Amino acid sequence: MRAFFQSDLWWSFTRSPVTVASAIVAFICIAGAVLAPVLAPHNPFDLASLQLMDAFKPPVWGSEGDATYPLGTDDQGRDMLSAIMYGARVSLLVGFCAVIFSTTLGVALGLLAGYLGGKVDAVLMRIADIQLTFPSILVALLVDGVVRAALPRETHDQIALFVVIFAIGISNWPQFARTVRGSTLVERNKEYVQAARVIGLPSLKIMAQHVLPNVMSPVLVIATLNLGFAILAEATLSFLGVGVPPTQPSLGTLIRIGNDFLFSGEWWITIFPGVALIIMVLSVNLLGDWLRDALNPKLR
Amino acid sequence: MSQTQSMGGQALLQVRNLRVEFPTRRGTLVALDDVSFDIHPGEVLGVVGESGAGKSMTGAAIIGLLEPPGRIAGGEIRLAGRRIDDLPYEELRRIRGRQIGAIFQDPLTTLNPLYTVGDQLVETITTHLPLNPAEARRRAVEWLEMVGIPAAAQRVDSYPHEFSGGMRQRVVIALALCAEPKLVVADEPTTALDVSIQAQVIALLKTLAREKGTAMMLVTHDMGVIAETADRVAVMYAGRVIEIGAVRDVVKHAAHPYSAGLMGSIPPISHRVERLEQIDGSMPRLSSIPPGCPYNPRCPRVFDRCRVERPELLPAKANRAACWLYAPGEEGRLHG
Amino acid sequence: MAEPMVLELRDAARHFDVSRPLLQRIVAREGRRTLRAVDGVSFSIPKGTTLSLVGESGCGKSTVARLVVGLYSPTRGEVIFDGMPLAEARADPTKRQRMQMIFQDPYASLNPRWRVRDIVAEPLRAFGLVQGREAQQKRVGELLAQVGLNPLDGEKFPHEFSGGQRQRISIARALSSNPEFLVCDEPTSALDVSVQAQILNLMLDLQKRLGLTYLFISHNLAVVRQVSDRVGVMYLGKLVELAPSETLFHTPRHPYTRALMEAIPDLEMTGRQRIPVGGEVPSPITPPPGCTFHPRCPLANDRCRVEVPAMLPARGTPETVVACHAVEEGRDGALSPPLG
Repeated sequence: MRAFFQSDLWWSFTRSPVTVASAIVAFICIAGAVLAPVLAPHNPFDLASLQLMDAFKPPVWGSEGDATYPLGTDDQGRDMLSAIMYGARVSLLVGFCAVIFSTTLGVALGLLAGYLGGKVDAVLMRIADIQLTFPSILVALLVDGVVRAALPRETHDQIALFVVIFAIGISNWPQFARTVRGSTLVERNKEYVQAARVIGLPSLKIMAQHVLPNVMSPVLVIATLNLGFAILAEATLSFLGVGVPPTQPSLGTLIRIGNDFLFSGEWWITIFPGVALIIMVLSVNLLGDWLRDALNPKLR
Repeated sequence: MSQTQSMGGQALLQVRNLRVEFPTRRGTLVALDDVSFDIHPGEVLGVVGESGAGKSMTGAAIIGLLEPPGRIAGGEIRLAGRRIDDLPYEELRRIRGRQIGAIFQDPLTTLNPLYTVGDQLVETITTHLPLNPAEARRRAVEWLEMVGIPAAAQRVDSYPHEFSGGMRQRVVIALALCAEPKLVVADEPTTALDVSIQAQVIALLKTLAREKGTAMMLVTHDMGVIAETADRVAVMYAGRVIEIGAVRDVVKHAAHPYSAGLMGSIPPISHRVERLEQIDGSMPRLSSIPPGCPYNPRCPRVFDRCRVERPELLPAKANRAACWLYAPGEEGRLHG
Repeated sequence: MAEPMVLELRDAARHFDVSRPLLQRIVAREGRRTLRAVDGVSFSIPKGTTLSLVGESGCGKSTVARLVVGLYSPTRGEVIFDGMPLAEARADPTKRQRMQMIFQDPYASLNPRWRVRDIVAEPLRAFGLVQGREAQQKRVGELLAQVGLNPLDGEKFPHEFSGGQRQRISIARALSSNPEFLVCDEPTSALDVSVQAQILNLMLDLQKRLGLTYLFISHNLAVVRQVSDRVGVMYLGKLVELAPSETLFHTPRHPYTRALMEAIPDLEMTGRQRIPVGGEVPSPITPPPGCTFHPRCPLANDRCRVEVPAMLPARGTPETVVACHAVEEGRDGALSPPLG
């Protein structure tokens, strides 16, 4: 731990006020989301506590504002702040899982393609190339649509969360795979890898122990930047109504629901989840940008 | 331009007490410390030392191409009597092209891959000499012939990648010399080349410098190249010049224990030795240069004064060396 | 030759397919292109001796090193290690651990993310030579001490060391599997000259102490002279001369060997002029017919331009084998005055 605080990474972090600010904001978002059951003033999914009477309350600073609902309530009297915290929980969960999924898949395939070369490389990279010609949100829509059509509705609702994670994750692996492949091609020809081959270590072991740790820096950067993308992708899917089930509304679901009331004057129902989404994605992306610059030896 | 009367006295390049610093988060590193030397017209000064000794840095400081955050923190550099270390960027750039030519180790970084070598030569010539494009082109072909490129009239329209490594380095030399600069800074010009090509390039540089009266600073770690090409040699260690003198005197009768060790550790080609002379340890990093003489932890002849007081260049044998062995009053140690 | 041969190459060759992608080939209407990096090399190394291969970049000497340790498989010919075809020898861990390699670039040959102790212990673990973590660490400490480092250096990472110290770590790693045969690919060419002397002395000491056999690859003739028992000179993928070290440096026979020696800078400052070799090394994709050196050779005649010369004992210096028609015919200005 001591070593971390003396490292160049920590030093460059403390020297960038924007980065420190976005780290704090990101931390608040994540903490608020993870600890929603503890921190949130209400439980928006507890039907018993819902007061239909309290529907469409404006934020606390509005003329009819109510201190118990700081950001107002939606059409069913749910507290917006609590709904946002619970929604961010779903958004972040989907985002993190999707990124972990695409990172794992992309890194593994990229390592194989780069280290083994030849036909394996050619096949994997052509698949990646083809997938990259489609916008990734389209791929996610496609995957979701196929699963929806293939499974009965009930089953689908049960596993909807996993479908979204899979759809977003699968749409992003080529980026990881190509980056890792490129780095692997460089590392593979370095002499420390050749030394391991002279000893006669099996390829998988060399990939895991020697190549993998040395290609991870760019992966870390892309993964961070991708977290922002994955959260947005989930929001887009949910906004289009094909994302997470309505029983577990994410920020995107909240925005879609609120969208219906935007022109009838209840703007807070859609604006606040939107702002929360922007803040969350922006802070994560700023962190990713910093990480990219900090890990790039040329800019150091 | 100042009219110099006596050719012998006036040095073309004067470097005085040059100090280059690199500010880092862990404090300021002194990359060059109190470096002074002269180069006269028509003279080749060899600068040798191990990697990290500051020899390339010295060249970069003179050309004005120090990589940031490195900066000149003290001393001065004069070209033909005029200070060039504190000039604004634009002015320095003009001088660099017209009066200072630069040759680097890797010819690929010097040549623009998108233009033919002819275009690049013509551009340099017309920028710095009062010639029209047709004359400049004729001059470009002449230069390619002079550096030994066969069928120069046809090759002038080729792109850099169409030349082999040795030929490319010749093109770089032509490019560095075609504006007829007074000073050429050559940083490891032959290191990337094979031995057989090396000899060709060295011979070429030497003749051109002699013929045109160009002063040359030749930075290299290859003592063989220095022995053949240079008139005088400066030996650098940990950012300082620790010995300077005529090439024969430094190579054959080095005064500083480090130079002597360096010369001794070169494997001879003429016979097999039982055991090579070696200098134990390695050069200190810039962040941990010891007080006193920077060589003192590795020096076989170290005594108390070396650990405390920093030696200046003193007359030593036929050279000048920064070593306390040659201080007045220490004569006894030399032979002891 | 009472000593058994540790390594033997019989007409070993390694070709690389450097053709452009199929589509581009069709558009440009060109065929496949083969780079003959190594094209029929034969030599053997007796136990406990050093054979050096010298030559300019692109002559195939590093490819030979990689053929010998099995990083490449030969396109043609045989590599025999310890009396056994290399592929078989490498399939057997007890044989495989007896050959190791030291690389050129000390900044690329150590995994930057590993601690030195893990780097040095890797062969120990791979071959299961020392059981138990403590015993392993003890062995690593011994190995580090053997190459002149502090046993406590094992805790550090490679970037904390200078180039010379890293090369010592590489050597410690190579020694950890108790090899008898070391392939050294330009082990000192990335080092400063004073450090080069340290590493060469260390390698010579280790050879004496452990009875090692070296295949030493270098472009530096002076270094080669200091370490070799026998020297092979390579040009465009082929051996052109192979001789005991003293014979080669005293009486070089092949015109290329002689040119190489004359091109060396004169550090002794005897006033000897370097005589540059004319021309440049041709491309190994389209080597000249006949003797590949003929376009640059002062002795070339019609036979040289057509007929590939074979490696034959040289007249006058029968311990030298040389591939040159001029030497065979005795028109090489026979046994011209020795160098220096």
